[in-house]
Amino acid sequence: MENQREKSRYELNKELAQMLKGGVIMDVTTPEQARIAQEAGACAVMALERIPADIRAAGGVSRMSDPAMIRGIQEAVSIPVMAKCRIGHFAEAQILEAIEIDYIDESEVLSPADDVYHIDKTQFKVPFVCGARDLGEALRRIEEGASMIRTKGEPGTGDVIQAVRHMRQMNREIARIRSMREDELFECAKELQVSYDLVKYVHENGRLPVVNFAAGGVATPADAALMMQLGAEGVFVGSGIFKSGDPQKRAAAIVKAVTNYKDAKLLAELSENLGEAMVGINEQEIALLMAERGK
Amino acid sequence: MRIGVLAVQGAYAEHEKMLRALGAECFEIRQQTDLSGQMDGLVLPGGESTVMGKLLRELGLFEPLREEIESGLPVLATCAGLILLAEKISGEEDRHFATLPVTVKRNAYGRQLGSFYTEAVMKHIGKVPMHFIRAPYVETAGSGAEVLAQVDGRIVAVRFRNQLGLAFHPEVSGDTRIHSYFLQSILSKSEA
Repeated sequence: MENQREKSRYELNKELAQMLKGGVIMDVTTPEQARIAQEAGACAVMALERIPADIRAAGGVSRMSDPAMIRGIQEAVSIPVMAKCRIGHFAEAQILEAIEIDYIDESEVLSPADDVYHIDKTQFKVPFVCGARDLGEALRRIEEGASMIRTKGEPGTGDVIQAVRHMRQMNREIARIRSMREDELFECAKELQVSYDLVKYVHENGRLPVVNFAAGGVATPADAALMMQLGAEGVFVGSGIFKSGDPQKRAAAIVKAVTNYKDAKLLAELSENLGEAMVGINEQEIALLMAERGK
Repeated sequence: MRIGVLAVQGAYAEHEKMLRALGAECFEIRQQTDLSGQMDGLVLPGGESTVMGKLLRELGLFEPLREEIESGLPVLATCAGLILLAEKISGEEDRHFATLPVTVKRNAYGRQLGSFYTEAVMKHIGKVPMHFIRAPYVETAGSGAEVLAQVDGRIVAVRFRNQLGLAFHPEVSGDTRIHSYFLQSILSKSEA
């Protein structure tokens, strides 16, 4: 019985991501922010000590958050709680698993701990979400055991251009594989450095084998609607909420924008009087491209 | 047959896929205007019940749907959907439609590490695959609520008049028997 219950762990982890679809996952740094996010309609929260915009500003090495701080957030809300570990830092991941986190984000937002290897995520019972800029990165992370993917975008900028670029890139490559002859899939697997089975799945289904959210630079209801219309199955909002003038109102508006992402009239109403959006940084102005981390 | 699937958040697409495979027509409910057409049945999918409860109210869907359910519209509710239907949520004051006479416990098996898969017998159907994902269970079922399945001595499926509430997720199981049972119950109701 226990065996039967455990063998489907990866499926159950992919299915948790399915339950998050059509939702907004918000970065929070305190239990108070977590409660605001939950009340605003977040489908999950990402617990971290500093939101990406502040990580950028502070510089230095950025690491996994204090487990006590994460626990405080776990106690404050009933929705799933996610937390970030550094790329390749499997000991941080083990710690997050020990405190029963619902999802680990092996994230380029933190300083990478390993410039060659990602975490072997198949060794964990808790699920992982990973960032990707293109299909190859996405499938390599899935091969390593990720049960959810998000575009990397460019965290902490409030500039949506890179999330758009990554989503379009992924869509383009999926369409290309979909239209391939079957005998071309072997070469494609070599090109992408992934197994043939994953390429075949994309060929047959025209999508990733796991849920794909947009992340990195989403700051307004319109940004969220844009990403949804480009095919994202949900949205992560990091700095965009708690760096803005009226976090509660903006968070609730983004949640509704994700549900009714095609209704421009409703989106217009939702975009009204939200106060100041996060100031943001243009991609040309940033010294550090987090999306370059972990390929 | 036209089935409305609540699509404000969660795994609604999976339900639609199953219902379409069984020959039913589906439409997504995201705002009030979606409720203008014929609706023979309603699906409340898995997802986050706090999100759905909030959006139902803010998008003006709550009262119209509650009235439909009260007046006998057949409903299939899974996981978060079951929480939306429950008369009481254990340890919380919040409640949503409150049309199903049960008390449910949210996140009853703990966090994601407590999620599990099993197979168990469901009354009227037989042994079915059950995916429990941060699932609730039914603590107590009131009079008139028929218990359809139990796992480890806990109630995980109930039926009360027009409402079918499940703590698990048939929509991700690849097994269409529960959806088929739901559609059959709509057919037999319209014949009666």
